[in-house]
Amino acid sequence: MKNKLTREERRIAWADHAALGPYSLWAVLFILVPLVFVAYYAFTDNNFQFTLDNIQRFFTATSQVTQADGSTQEVRTYLVIFWRSLKLAVISTLICLVMAYPLAYIMARAEEKVQKTFMTIIMIPMWMNFLIRTYAWMTILQDTGILNNFLSLLHLPGIHIIGTEAAVVIGMVYDYFPYMVLPLYSIMAKMDTKLIEAARDLGCSSAGVLRRVIWPLSLPGVINGITMVLIPSISTFYISQKLGDGKFFLIGDAIEGQYVANNLHFAAAMAFILMVVLLVCMGLMRVLTNRHVEGGV
Amino acid sequence: MKRTLALVLALVAALGLCLTGCGGSDTLTLNVYNWGEYISDGSDGSLDTIKAFESWYEAEYGQKVKVNYSTYASNEDMYAKLKSGAVSYDVIIPSDYMIARLKDEDMLLPLNFDNIPNYQYIDSQFQGLYYDPDDQFSVPYTYGVVGIIYDANKVDAADVGGWDLLWNDKYAGSILQFNNSRDAFGTAMYKLGIDVNTTDQAQWDQALQELMNQRPMVKAYVMDEIFNALESGEAAIGAYYAGDYFTMAEAQASTVDLQFYYPEVTNYFVDAMCIPSCCANQELAEIFINYMLSEEPAVANAEYIYYATPNSLVYENETYIEDMGQEAMEILYPSLDGFAEKYNQYAYRNLPTETLDYMNTLWEGLKIN
Amino acid sequence: MKPIAKFYTALIFLFLFAPIAILLVFSFNEGNSLSVFSGFSLYWYKELFHDTNTLGALKNTLVLALCASILSTIMGTAAAVGINKLRSRFMKAAMSTVTNIPMVNPDIITGISLMLMFVFAGRLIGLGTSLNFWTMLIAHITFCLPYVILQVLPKLRQMDKSLPEAAMDLGCTPFRAFLKVELPEIFPGILTGLIMAFTLSLDDFVISYFTAGNGFETLPIRIYSMTKKTVTPKMYALATLIFFAILALLLLSNLADVDDEEKQARRERRRKKRSGA
Repeated sequence: MKNKLTREERRIAWADHAALGPYSLWAVLFILVPLVFVAYYAFTDNNFQFTLDNIQRFFTATSQVTQADGSTQEVRTYLVIFWRSLKLAVISTLICLVMAYPLAYIMARAEEKVQKTFMTIIMIPMWMNFLIRTYAWMTILQDTGILNNFLSLLHLPGIHIIGTEAAVVIGMVYDYFPYMVLPLYSIMAKMDTKLIEAARDLGCSSAGVLRRVIWPLSLPGVINGITMVLIPSISTFYISQKLGDGKFFLIGDAIEGQYVANNLHFAAAMAFILMVVLLVCMGLMRVLTNRHVEGGV
Repeated sequence: MKRTLALVLALVAALGLCLTGCGGSDTLTLNVYNWGEYISDGSDGSLDTIKAFESWYEAEYGQKVKVNYSTYASNEDMYAKLKSGAVSYDVIIPSDYMIARLKDEDMLLPLNFDNIPNYQYIDSQFQGLYYDPDDQFSVPYTYGVVGIIYDANKVDAADVGGWDLLWNDKYAGSILQFNNSRDAFGTAMYKLGIDVNTTDQAQWDQALQELMNQRPMVKAYVMDEIFNALESGEAAIGAYYAGDYFTMAEAQASTVDLQFYYPEVTNYFVDAMCIPSCCANQELAEIFINYMLSEEPAVANAEYIYYATPNSLVYENETYIEDMGQEAMEILYPSLDGFAEKYNQYAYRNLPTETLDYMNTLWEGLKIN
Repeated sequence: MKPIAKFYTALIFLFLFAPIAILLVFSFNEGNSLSVFSGFSLYWYKELFHDTNTLGALKNTLVLALCASILSTIMGTAAAVGINKLRSRFMKAAMSTVTNIPMVNPDIITGISLMLMFVFAGRLIGLGTSLNFWTMLIAHITFCLPYVILQVLPKLRQMDKSLPEAAMDLGCTPFRAFLKVELPEIFPGILTGLIMAFTLSLDDFVISYFTAGNGFETLPIRIYSMTKKTVTPKMYALATLIFFAILALLLLSNLADVDDEEKQARRERRRKKRSGA
């Protein structure tokens, strides 16, 4: 043996590996291998022969779309669906960020007891069933719903939300809001208040403190929050059905639709493409922000 | 902290016990896979069919049976699970065209009718239907006809009749369409007089065009959301199953007056009990099917689901007729004369895979507009 | 808190709880509509308690969430300890990438991928039923694991490394040292991880939808399959009851916390007195 370990040290090393062992096995079996299956199904046909048809179909399938002026135009079906999903998910994520950022800051600066209570309050809605919550939003948002009744009580004109992109965005923001607050809060709670005070003492305006101190320090939390909201909202297939009045077909709806229509291989192909796109995006985002964090502070 | 840890450990232990303790070796299990909300569940003092079967079976055969009851959202949903080969169910209740498909793919077992003596109460109009011409594989559970529900406070009496109401631009923004490709294309095809089981792609394109024309007028594509939308006056016109009209009318807001009619040509459906080939205990499954046909559970189920039943023990039952009321009986049970003939002409049939795929592609195209 | 901060927080909470208020109100609806309130009644609560299938689904959901959260917490904590002690940079990077995968993968992909694998494996071994309670449990553990690890790992990094070493120098076995020294330090992280895992598992619909199998129906799947016949206020009644159960639980745990803090403070005082004497 090259490096002699004492019996004690060997025992400790063994204990560490034993701790990691089950998880490593689990990760390989239930995280990595299933992804191989997605790829395998994506690149095979119903007889498990290699094919690129599924992938090709995603990029080339076309449909007719009627324009506002009545003329029709040919578009790539799945690219349009994918683009719409991405757009709605990005909007929802940004709204979540804008809403959650001040809240997380307020929480992090509050007394410890208050922090705990806020945390619980934010988690509580997640304990009600997700499907049920979405149903309740239908009751609120519909044309004859609670919101419009309230507006007419105030003699204000009603608004038509249900069945629009706005309704789908509201549903997504509502459902994934806690996922944005949690990482932001946990990073802000750790932030050193002395830095902020120092910046103030040096004559920084509030906006300056926010831009030069708080924002760069909170960036890792922002990235985590964005990831945790963007990912589920891009692939949801229930909110769009219920709050979008069935008029919005998102990538999640398309995948689920193909699964139900028993086109497992095409469903897998769509899932595979979605996965690759997201992994690349997330990887890029992490690289860019790492550079920013290192260079900025 | 130690207390919390002890609590957690105790919970794990309790769960372990519960999980292992649940299935005794002398208990039979029966896996039933049905539509959601499609069996009497003991609400409003009615019969809890599943529980009643368990106790009836034990009293009759001296053996315990545990029914694992699960639900699905659509025929296709059920098919996808079953086809994956990863589940095993003993009794399923698909619709007609799905029965035809399962049968074609050898996924159903022929029934032993010696174990299902109550089959004699099924009306003869329900025998020899296209999906099971020799009556080997299925026992009808419910049937019905798709009709149009409208709000008489908003819709002029003169406009009522036929499928045209769903395309009437006077009511643009108040019209509901099915959020299910087969049913949505169905409405367009019945309107155009196209055979809903056509394999001619040009005819499907024609139906798509009709749906495209309708799209700007459509308030929403709905399944169960139709209940909400019509009850609250959110929308005024929609097509759905006859029995559900009564559920909606009962809950309608004071400003809404829901009415119902059948278009001349429309969809007929039959949902029937079958035994899939993955069944583990066929005799038990047949005993269950037979039990479902006996008077008490059959009446309870029919009253709960609010669809028509082909079981004469039910539709001739005095209390049932009284409970349903005259209007419901008239709408739910239109004259059965020539039912089989009309059914075989207008019901959905199993389409070849290429046609189904083509339909789904068109549907996606409609949805991205 | 400044008034503007208070106002902002109140607005956010209004947004978060508006749908919950709707659930609460309509669970007392006399009629069977979710949008037309026809009168106050406890009818749906009574119905709920007679509905063995819904209660069974609730039990299944809770059993699944409890098992998944406890098992993923145990495994995740062990994994975090192991990852924290890894020396090779490459292994560290590899582990953290793998851990991140379920988080940056949409749940629809996690669900489909696991389903494909289970079905394939089931066919390979010739099992008739490969989707069941156990596959759902595996799926839930898989997507809960990273959340647990990410809660525990920072606590481990914050901890003073010399503490467990000192314990081992004093003759503790590694396991005993972990129990006596490390565990109390990282316990808050473990607890947060457990609660998060439980919440996620309880709330999950998509992954359950793809991996559900024989005779084990959870609440989300049951509700989803009501698309032919519609959801009744009974489900709202159930949600309302869950809401109050959680509220009670939280209040209780808060009280226990206060109790613990007082004990801690008393102990502290006594110790000071003794060391002072």
